[in-house]
Amino acid sequence: MNPALHVENLFVRYGRVDVVKGVSFSVAKGKSYALVGESGSGKSTILRAIVGMAPDWRGKTLIDGETQVAYGNLDFARHCQMVFQDPYASLHPRRTVDATLLEPLKIHGIGGGSAKVADMLEAVGLDRRFRYRFPHQLSGGQRQRVAIARALMLEPHLLLLDEPTSALDVSVQAEILNLLVRLRQERGLTYLLVTHSLPVVSFLCDRLGVLRQGGMVEQAGIEVLREGTFAKPYAQELYASSLGAGDRARQKSLPMAPETEKDV
Amino acid sequence: MGAMKLWLTADAPDSRWQAQAGQIYAISRSFARNPLAMLGAVIVGLLVLVAMFAPWLAPYSPTGQNLSMRLMPPSAENWLGTDELGRDILSRIIHGSRITLLIVVMVAVISAPLGLLIGAIAGYFGGWTDRVLMAVTDVFLSLPKLIMALAFVAALGAGLQNAIIAIAVTAWPAYARIARAETLTFRNSEFIAAVQLQGASNMRIIGLHVLPLCMSSTIIRVTLDMAGIILTAAGLGFLGLGAQPPLPEWGAMISRGRSFILDQWWVATMPGLAIIIISLGFCFLGDGLRDVLDPRQRDGR
Repeated sequence: MNPALHVENLFVRYGRVDVVKGVSFSVAKGKSYALVGESGSGKSTILRAIVGMAPDWRGKTLIDGETQVAYGNLDFARHCQMVFQDPYASLHPRRTVDATLLEPLKIHGIGGGSAKVADMLEAVGLDRRFRYRFPHQLSGGQRQRVAIARALMLEPHLLLLDEPTSALDVSVQAEILNLLVRLRQERGLTYLLVTHSLPVVSFLCDRLGVLRQGGMVEQAGIEVLREGTFAKPYAQELYASSLGAGDRARQKSLPMAPETEKDV
Repeated sequence: MGAMKLWLTADAPDSRWQAQAGQIYAISRSFARNPLAMLGAVIVGLLVLVAMFAPWLAPYSPTGQNLSMRLMPPSAENWLGTDELGRDILSRIIHGSRITLLIVVMVAVISAPLGLLIGAIAGYFGGWTDRVLMAVTDVFLSLPKLIMALAFVAALGAGLQNAIIAIAVTAWPAYARIARAETLTFRNSEFIAAVQLQGASNMRIIGLHVLPLCMSSTIIRVTLDMAGIILTAAGLGFLGLGAQPPLPEWGAMISRGRSFILDQWWVATMPGLAIIIISLGFCFLGDGLRDVLDPRQRDGR
């Protein structure tokens, strides 16, 4: 079986600098793969290159085993959609939720839009009273639900998630993550997630790739992340820095500092 | 009435239609709360009504001469006096409102969509398209409006139609600039990227996603420009290059009254007053629209 997404030797260039250097990975159907790394490690750029939004890229990206030249391609749109990082910037400010969700159906000439919008709102857990609201009348979490609903309107198999929870506060993050897990199970979706939060990865994904300065440092299964047994020192470092102070003390098997001596 | 209001302000509208009606209701409510905007709307509304019913409202014919009644001061029979050919000035102003309205509407209908489209295309595509279109726009912007309109009329020949075309040709660059600036602010935003990812064509994105966002600032600008358009038209009329006699164009009327301005002040003053009032009306209306048309601002209050 072809992987849902296969990226081979991908280079992306901004001006004279290669910001992604020879990255390869693949994501099996129905699985979730996470790209993690610091800011500037090129993880979002890889997503942009896959959908064709990066200006200058070379390499091979195969979706369902086929090369698909992206951007503005109707066929591609039905295979792969993207959820953006900032729910405040990713919805058209003058269009109601209804109009935003209908638009992909109209572009593709798919009928029965009204019922499909209602179903989709229910699927992403939005009450029907939000249907004719404008984005500025919604909270961040509700907007992100709309953005996810929009991405799913064309029933793609592959969903690219660009830090889908980083602009939201903690309790809302959990809701959105639960929604993403549920949608994946219900619809058999494949996720490619970009994030800098390792807890999100361990909650949502099966595999992860650690990026540094545009290069792939290490790829590992989720059990490696859970146990903290990365092979490469940079991945170890990233793992350690994502832990809280208490975890770090336990990791180094140091005795916990007594309560009274804790830094204030 | 109460049920109607509840239906309009419903938190969870049942249909697209109800949502839109509610939106229009919210816009008109906040508009009605602004007294100057309402004054502007009333003035412009009156202009439209007067223009529509001019033949019934005017007490005399706008062109009928009566040399025994020439240059009469305002009186019970001729409320605003008569001009040098004994024509009733009030009747001429009432009929002239048709010409003014025609000029304003035609100029807006020609220049606003043209400017919007050019600006949105330049801003959306960027690069060479942008450079070429904006260079053309800059050439037009760099010349004073009235001078350029004069040149066009001189080339096309005097007359109402050519005056309208000339003014429209001079008016669009401002709208193109505004539309381009607006487009640039959200050209690279994620909601545009999202529709591109859905496979929308460039024309669809410009028409349905970019232009609606440029719309309100253009409507405001056009309304505010109406005063300028009226003045330019009057200027052309004054110089004898706009509407030709005996058409009762306000600018031409002022021009005729110039010779008598010291002794028979009303001949030039009355059409001048009409121009001032209508221009002010459009300005107030434009200011009011600016406060109202942005849904984000509307909810802030």
